[in-house]
Amino acid sequence: MLKLENVSKTYRVGTFGGKELHAVNNVTFDIKENEVVSLIGESGSGKSTIGKMILKLITPTAGKIMVADIDISTIKETNIKEYYRTVQGVFQDPFSCYNPIFKADRLFKNIHEEFYPDVQGQAWEEKVDEVMKCVGLNPEHVLNKFPHQLSGGQLQRFLIARALLLDIKLLVADEIISMLDASTRIDILNLLGELKKKGLSILFITHDLSLAYYISERAVILYRGCVAEFGSSGKIFGTPVHPYTKMLMASVPRLDKKWESVDIHLEEEGRNHYTGCAYYSRCLHPRKDAQCTTKQPPLVEVEPDHFAACYKL
Amino acid sequence: MKKTNEFIYFAFRNKKVLVGLTIIVVFLLVGLFGPLIIKNDPFAYLNPMGAQAPSSEYLFGTTFFGQDVFAQFVLGLRATFLVGVIGGGLATFIGILVGFTAGYRGGLVDEVLNILTNIVLVIPGMAVLLIIAAYLQVRSLWTECIFIGLTTWPWVARAVRAQTFSLRTRDFVDLARLSGMKSTKIIFTEIAPNMMSYLVMSFILEFGGAILTAATLDFIGLGPTNTLSLGLMMQYSVLWGALQLGFWWWFIPPGLAITAIVGAFYTMNVGLDEVFNPKLREL
Amino acid sequence: MTLKIENLTVYYNTLRGDVHALENTSFSIADGEIMGLAGESGCGKTTLGHSLILLKPPMKYIGGKVQLDDYELPIWDMKKMDDFRFSQVSIVPQYAMNAMNPIRKIGTMTEELLRSKKMDYSAIKPELIRRLDLVKLPHEVLDMYPIELSGGMKQRMVMVLSTLLNPSLLIADEITSALDVSSQKAVAEMLVEFRDHEWVKSMIVITHDVSILYQIADTILIMYAGQLAEKASTETIINKARHPYTHLLISSLPKVGVKYSDNPLAGIPGKPPLLLTPPTGCRFRDRCPYAFEKCTEVPPFLEVEKKHYVACWKEFGNHA
Repeated sequence: MLKLENVSKTYRVGTFGGKELHAVNNVTFDIKENEVVSLIGESGSGKSTIGKMILKLITPTAGKIMVADIDISTIKETNIKEYYRTVQGVFQDPFSCYNPIFKADRLFKNIHEEFYPDVQGQAWEEKVDEVMKCVGLNPEHVLNKFPHQLSGGQLQRFLIARALLLDIKLLVADEIISMLDASTRIDILNLLGELKKKGLSILFITHDLSLAYYISERAVILYRGCVAEFGSSGKIFGTPVHPYTKMLMASVPRLDKKWESVDIHLEEEGRNHYTGCAYYSRCLHPRKDAQCTTKQPPLVEVEPDHFAACYKL
Repeated sequence: MKKTNEFIYFAFRNKKVLVGLTIIVVFLLVGLFGPLIIKNDPFAYLNPMGAQAPSSEYLFGTTFFGQDVFAQFVLGLRATFLVGVIGGGLATFIGILVGFTAGYRGGLVDEVLNILTNIVLVIPGMAVLLIIAAYLQVRSLWTECIFIGLTTWPWVARAVRAQTFSLRTRDFVDLARLSGMKSTKIIFTEIAPNMMSYLVMSFILEFGGAILTAATLDFIGLGPTNTLSLGLMMQYSVLWGALQLGFWWWFIPPGLAITAIVGAFYTMNVGLDEVFNPKLREL
Repeated sequence: MTLKIENLTVYYNTLRGDVHALENTSFSIADGEIMGLAGESGCGKTTLGHSLILLKPPMKYIGGKVQLDDYELPIWDMKKMDDFRFSQVSIVPQYAMNAMNPIRKIGTMTEELLRSKKMDYSAIKPELIRRLDLVKLPHEVLDMYPIELSGGMKQRMVMVLSTLLNPSLLIADEITSALDVSSQKAVAEMLVEFRDHEWVKSMIVITHDVSILYQIADTILIMYAGQLAEKASTETIINKARHPYTHLLISSLPKVGVKYSDNPLAGIPGKPPLLLTPPTGCRFRDRCPYAFEKCTEVPPFLEVEKKHYVACWKEFGNHA
């Protein structure tokens, strides 16, 4: 369904754009049809940038993004609507997704105007009713209201409903539940699970490991724009091999296990500009050495459906 | 719309807005309906006595030549408001257009427009106005409006650009793009409505600024040649020695009116800032 | 007993009326106790935390008593509270990273802060340095501007500053929510160390993330819609909660090892009531699967087992 091949996004920073910042560095992974893949990373890992590149909101500097076997960089401005008919996104902050001065259902109106100008009156209302039911919203409770009159969970469902109005095949869900309360979170996650059952492919971007494990078949662990580990979520969480993933697993707060005292290298100032492994400076691997600083380690298969990018496996 | 109501509610509770608005409305009414009451021709030499202090016959007195100061004042007021609306309006319009385009498009378009903005910004506006004004023999009020409009827009452009920049990265704009909406539609239906307060305030500032610039131009003798304005009244009064001869009624009304109008606009602006920005609101 | 709160009620003044953000809360915190305060957004946890140190408009003191050690805190009086703030009660705010003046060096800022409390910077400096070591901040930070520090470093710096005078009570307001997993753990563990070093006698750790509390808190207080729901030891809250809300909340949290495809979890249907016009009785009543007639009365917050307090009629039925 979706395939990223060596995708990079570089920004020029500094006074005269003299420095390069690799927001996304040589990222390769794929999503099969009818599959949920989690893209896990901390802030600054480039996970949202990847989501936005897939949505064609940002153009990659290098590499290829294929959706349904079509290189999306070849899609012209004039055909973009056809692309958005099948690929849609939902973002983190439900409140900033709505123009605060308009009613929430304006989102539906926009879709109506742009994609279904021919569908009129009754037919359109039926369509809206159908998607609202699908996401578990009662139209009477939410239509004709301002965003601030709705709860975060309702707004987030509304956004998903908006995407479902189209014939989407791929949904990019960027941190869609991190701003929600615990009691509503799980409902949205379950909704994603149901949509997947109906044939949708989902890229679930998150920083929360337990949510990723809960919902996805496969997961990508991202560190500073590079893929650290990739494969079936059971294997990644069960037997992590990359030092970064191991550190993450050790420091994520869990309800079933208390923290063990492991030494953690805290984050350091600035980004590394050398060419080696992005995790080198924080890495606690006993055998880390000069090889790690030479160039970005390639993804290698450690077992079927489990890849990691580390020289010292 | 609920939000709008809230703004109006706060606007009418804000003393600064109320005071500013009242002053402006009073002057505006005088300018609008004054001519209906005043029968005197502002240019006619009515009073054979020449300059005379205010009396029941001549409300604001008469000039050196016996012209009715009040009649002139009303006419001047109209010109002043016209400069504000047209000059300030034009500046706001250009500024908004440039600001939106630069802010939303970004990249090269932004660079080019930004250079243009900065060039106009650093051109010593007054000097250019002087040269142009001196070059044209007959100048109408309209030319003055256009001069002012074409030279004072950069401030608006910069402010609008900065706002657009920050709004452009908001998720709802991304969502609008995902809905396949065209850029112009996004700017005018998604971004602009969120900046209404900003745009209104820019216009108010430009309005006051245009009046002030026009008054300065008029005062140094580069104003319109075929009509009258508050600034021109002050110029003539000074020219004919009103200061030395103590004809205070000739220059005080226009001077006070300009100060009051511009001051009222700025006061209103500060007040509106408090209204639009809840953090400054006094409950 | 470090902190004892009795019938504390705080409302929010809004245009549309009073928001009943905190209603009749009574509880206490023991010496050396780290109490986690958890609940969903709008449940009053932040109101509770802030009212103990900085009760300013639109917050409105309605009633209640707060006793800290041997003193009664005059929380309704902003001026009188100055004597207690920072020295007796201190806070690490949610956006601590932005709480620092960007144009002051951190050392200068500390000096000014101490001077305002009539303290001598040079006398305290050795202790300050010692504490910087503990939170793994280099001594040079004192000569740096806030912008030169990363988010996690700033957070740790603010923690050191706010506990410099060994306050009896520290309120930590969502201090880990904006941090990465690794810094989150470091910061949370530092809170425990601060307590162990007796720099702080007891703590209220406000967060929406119960799993962090499970790692560091001794007790957890769960709030719902402006009322206390349950307070007990951390183990008890996580594993043997008695209030239906606590129970549903804990069981809705995904744990590593739980998969949607094997074992879908359930959320709590409905949403919290609006606190402008709060419902009478138990405020969880509408969403509670066990609600019965008695629930139209406000349940008291009673000790049902040793150190286990619950506000639920269902529980009292079994014991009374």
